[in-house]
Amino acid sequence: MIESPVALPAENQTPRRLRITVLRYNPAVPEQLPRLQTYELDEAVGMTLFIALGEIRETQDPSLQFDFVCRAGICGSCAMVINGRPGLACRTLTTQLPETIALAPLPGFALIGDLSVDTGKWMRAMSERVESWLHSHDVEVDLDRAEARMEPELAEAIYELDRCIECGCCVAACGTARMREDFVGAVAVNKLARFRLDPRDQRDDADYYEVIGDDDGIFGCMTLLACDDVCPKNLPLMTQLAYMRRKMAAVGWRGSDGANHS
Amino acid sequence: MHRKAELAVPAAMAVRPRSSRMPAQLDVLQSATGVVLALFMWGHMFFVASILVSKDFMWAVTRMFEGYFFFGRSYPGVVSTLVGGILLLFVAHAALAMRKFPANYQQYRLFMSHRAAMRHEDTSLWVVQIATGFALFFLVSIHLYQMLMHPGDIGPYASSDRVWSGRWWPLYLVMLFCVELHGGIGLSRVAAKWGWFASATARQTRRRLKLLKWGVTAFLLALGLTTLAAYMKIGHEHAAQAGERYTPEQYRSVTP
Repeated sequence: MIESPVALPAENQTPRRLRITVLRYNPAVPEQLPRLQTYELDEAVGMTLFIALGEIRETQDPSLQFDFVCRAGICGSCAMVINGRPGLACRTLTTQLPETIALAPLPGFALIGDLSVDTGKWMRAMSERVESWLHSHDVEVDLDRAEARMEPELAEAIYELDRCIECGCCVAACGTARMREDFVGAVAVNKLARFRLDPRDQRDDADYYEVIGDDDGIFGCMTLLACDDVCPKNLPLMTQLAYMRRKMAAVGWRGSDGANHS
Repeated sequence: MHRKAELAVPAAMAVRPRSSRMPAQLDVLQSATGVVLALFMWGHMFFVASILVSKDFMWAVTRMFEGYFFFGRSYPGVVSTLVGGILLLFVAHAALAMRKFPANYQQYRLFMSHRAAMRHEDTSLWVVQIATGFALFFLVSIHLYQMLMHPGDIGPYASSDRVWSGRWWPLYLVMLFCVELHGGIGLSRVAAKWGWFASATARQTRRRLKLLKWGVTAFLLALGLTTLAAYMKIGHEHAAQAGERYTPEQYRSVTP
């Protein structure tokens, strides 16, 4: 058995009584105004917020809405605001929290109901806006040809940034994004930093400038760094934001026409 | 979030008018003017703190800036020119930084409720930066106009009389806190923004920047408060002769 690094309550100890308050609202039932509802349950050994919510839904209130798929911090579905800060319910042990826990849906995304939000719609719009896919001049792709080789170090570096699960925590934690809803967010900048590393993406910096070189893009970032602090995947967001800012600033001062692909 | 445009072909492949380079240039200029002003304030602090060494030393620093040791006599206009340059930089920085202010009550309310919920240091410090920046619009303008018009009124007695008998100390006291907080937070934010002083890991960079920021701010606040107290003390003792200029020790035997 793998030893947990987190202090677990001893078997013979009386479990803590958790009080979980959820901000509830279902846009499909607008006549029911937004309200706070508190549930009480006993803390169990190794309990995550996701397990607690599941127990509440099973034993107390089947109408409680929240999302999950993987239960292992990979799908990004269960992101929510936990005691004021965005995080993944499945990666948050209740032992890390006080007895009173306040949960709210992620701000900045379309609310489905209670703790469930539609991050997919936002992420798709973001992906289309910054064109987060490989851009190649080769119109014809030879599927029979072996893929071009890549140095393992480079593949690792790309993979490091590709670990983003699009949970939306960085956007919900961003004061800039809260004030200015058109702000592109760290998730988008991280994606472009990933494509910039990838030799298969034939865009140059002037092309990236076209999609994030304005005050809704990288220059809107006010370096509040909450994105870097809350990212459940510990992505190097501060480093990537600074990196893209330097590259885009260089385009802005170079004065060249940027040689758009045509 | 809204999509920028509906495109039939990938944007990078199409020919289209290029985006303005202005946002990049404004962003760099905001950081650059801020850094120059912050570094100037470090220098400024050490020059005014020269009073803590001795009145003679402060007198010498003042005369140096008036060109006394280069031309053989004082030209306070040199100080005015320097003040004018700083004023231009200050106005430019204020104009550039204003772009980041909440533009309406809704934005203000959103940010403040976000700050309260997050309890996140760098998010909260941004509010301090906005508040101190706003205060500095007024405080610095008053100070710089006075210096621009009366560049000769700097010296061990002249400055002390202004601080005490001229009742400028409340302005300087508030301005000291605003400048040191604004500059300290701003410099560390600029370093994080552009990826300067990067350590092995981002976490280490953050920790070091934070330590450095608070260390420098605490030191400059302590030095500033001590310096202001020194001017107030001299001004208080010299109140009866307010207006009289200081004569350094070495010239006292020849000057009646």
